[in-house]
Amino acid sequence: MIKTFPKGGIHPPEDKFSAGSPIQELPLPKSVIIPVCQHLGSPSEPLVKKGDRVKTGQIIAKSSGFVSTNIHSSVTGKVEKVDKFTDSTGYRRLAVSINVEKDQWEDNIDTSNTLKKQINSKAEEIIKKILDAGIVGMGGATFPSHIKLSVPKGKKVEVLIINGVECEPCLTSDHRLMLEKGEEMMVGVRLMMTALGVNRAVIGIENNKPDAISNLKTIAKDYKTIEVQVLKVKYPQGAEKQLIKSITRREVPSGKLPIEVGAVVHNVETAYAVYEAVQKNKPLIERVVTVTGKNIAKPSNFMVRTGTPVAYLIEAAGGLPEDTGKIINGGPMMGKALNSLDVPVTKGTSGILVVPQSESLRRPALNCIRCAKCVSICPMGLEPYLLRAASEHKKWDIVEEERSMDCMECGSCSYVCPSAIPLLDYIRLGKSTVSKIIRSRKQ
Amino acid sequence: MSDVVINSVIIVGAMGLAAAIILFMVAQKFHVVEDPRIDQVEEELPAANCGGCGYPGCRAFAEALVKTDDISDLHCPVSDKDSMEKIAAILGKEMGEMKPLVAVVRCAGSPDKSPRTNIYDGTHSCTIISSLYTGETGCPYGCLGMGECVDACNFDAIHMNADTQLPEVTDDLCTACNACVVACPRDIIELRKKNKKDRKIFVSCINEDKGGVARKNCKVACIGCGKCVKVCPYEAITLENNLAYIDPDKCRLCRKCAPECPTNAILEINFPVKKKKEATAG
Repeated sequence: MIKTFPKGGIHPPEDKFSAGSPIQELPLPKSVIIPVCQHLGSPSEPLVKKGDRVKTGQIIAKSSGFVSTNIHSSVTGKVEKVDKFTDSTGYRRLAVSINVEKDQWEDNIDTSNTLKKQINSKAEEIIKKILDAGIVGMGGATFPSHIKLSVPKGKKVEVLIINGVECEPCLTSDHRLMLEKGEEMMVGVRLMMTALGVNRAVIGIENNKPDAISNLKTIAKDYKTIEVQVLKVKYPQGAEKQLIKSITRREVPSGKLPIEVGAVVHNVETAYAVYEAVQKNKPLIERVVTVTGKNIAKPSNFMVRTGTPVAYLIEAAGGLPEDTGKIINGGPMMGKALNSLDVPVTKGTSGILVVPQSESLRRPALNCIRCAKCVSICPMGLEPYLLRAASEHKKWDIVEEERSMDCMECGSCSYVCPSAIPLLDYIRLGKSTVSKIIRSRKQ
Repeated sequence: MSDVVINSVIIVGAMGLAAAIILFMVAQKFHVVEDPRIDQVEEELPAANCGGCGYPGCRAFAEALVKTDDISDLHCPVSDKDSMEKIAAILGKEMGEMKPLVAVVRCAGSPDKSPRTNIYDGTHSCTIISSLYTGETGCPYGCLGMGECVDACNFDAIHMNADTQLPEVTDDLCTACNACVVACPRDIIELRKKNKKDRKIFVSCINEDKGGVARKNCKVACIGCGKCVKVCPYEAITLENNLAYIDPDKCRLCRKCAPECPTNAILEINFPVKKKKEATAG
């Protein structure tokens, strides 16, 4: 019996077209736009101004608060401007644009490919290096990693869980990384274990990636404290709380953090970034991005510098197909549609999905037939039909009582609804209103 | 047989009498003295319970009117001058000067002026769109056109214009109750002073982007050039964050600013057609 989480979940078509294509280094674009806020929390403060010359890996914006992190230049060149640029939501936010001249790295960065297994750093040093390198959760939430690795007083971590599930259909960036950078990743996991002071780590992988599983299992033989756990394919297993449930059988209480049950979850790509930062002094300036879609000529996985425009990635994957209806930043379940191709790749961009016209429009919503499919698949045990009705009629007290804040917006309810009701849209509306109400109550 | 009937009539009658006496005594004991004027004032109010006055419903407002000594700051936006005068007469208090307001939509980005860059096919709700992204046009400030303000209006005073895809206010019906202002997630609607013959002059844009960016997204955007500020003889226009704003209290409707605006972002409504220069000079 393969492990998985018991409550709810769905299995949409996997469509992992790019699973077979190795990670390719993408040539540098002519210019990059690096937003100063690529993470959850307060935007970083820019340290450069127009006309400054920056090297690859140089810090260009520094952390501005507790929940914040550093931003580095991903290229060598001249700062064109520090101004507002359109980001993936269409709103204009502060960013640094740099004209690329060449690729000269900062002197203290080790750019060689040699594997450095020996761990010489202490916990505090590792956490400091992670903050300095600007590492954030690379599964998509982009929460600054150094905070998650600092254990609060009075709490004890028993297990570090590494998320290699990649339950989102179409995306393959984590899959390729586990295949090609497994050794490095494993050192990264060891580093994180040192930082947390735990002696057990579990890497969770779904059984639709047998090559990655066997690769990591072979490598894990050298590491007695790291085990590889095979999981049954089920969406949204990559969500923090579901993954903890799948692996440890423990349930994170409503409104609490995973540390309550003694677990800390990090993404595989974060583990790789930690290795690069601690062992090689390399800040987080590049990541693996899957560019895929049914009609894309060459579905690929690219190693991309942050700030590279999305249009450049699509060009490298064979150009935009003619019948494109939607371009999604992320996967088909949780990603958000882009309304411009000039937006840059950020630390949280795991994939660019090009959807054909015929599949991109929603069906018109019909009436709720009370089939309760949404209730049975909700992995958090919520009642999406009720939340939607309450939210539509502005009954915010019901929305709050029915634990809308536990919703992680996985979109399973909208996916299964036979009447094509945009349940998640309304739940999001309810969540944002309820969180405003809660905030005003606290004041 | 008749005994049963008589007995039950006596018993039930006695119980009823006893209960009535108890209730009467309790009512005497716990009698709440309520100012009878509250009922009279409430009668005069429109009973729309719109909350435009700032109180939860007409009764609460009536109570406030009765309790407060100086009612010059209290206004029912829905009532006309006559009914407010009646209320003042009932209370024997001085009524403040009525400052009628009207809702104004500060966006003119119809599809021909502000081109659509993408198609939104999600839920018809301005709040949901604004939480997701900038909307169908390139302008991150403009009207989203799903009509949440229309749904919020209790007086049927605001409607979507099918051609411009923008909401339009019917001035005669608008009571300035503020419901649409609260409903709009982009704060486009503003309550402005009502002028003679419903004349209005205002900057119909709230875009704070730099001129070039704003202009690219919308032909009638305020580009913050400041020409109107210079020409205004009453210092009614201010420029902040690349956006001009006409203060309705200072503006005297001289109409000097509107022709200066290079993007026609300043709208003049309900004014007579301008005569030629010779005529106005005389």
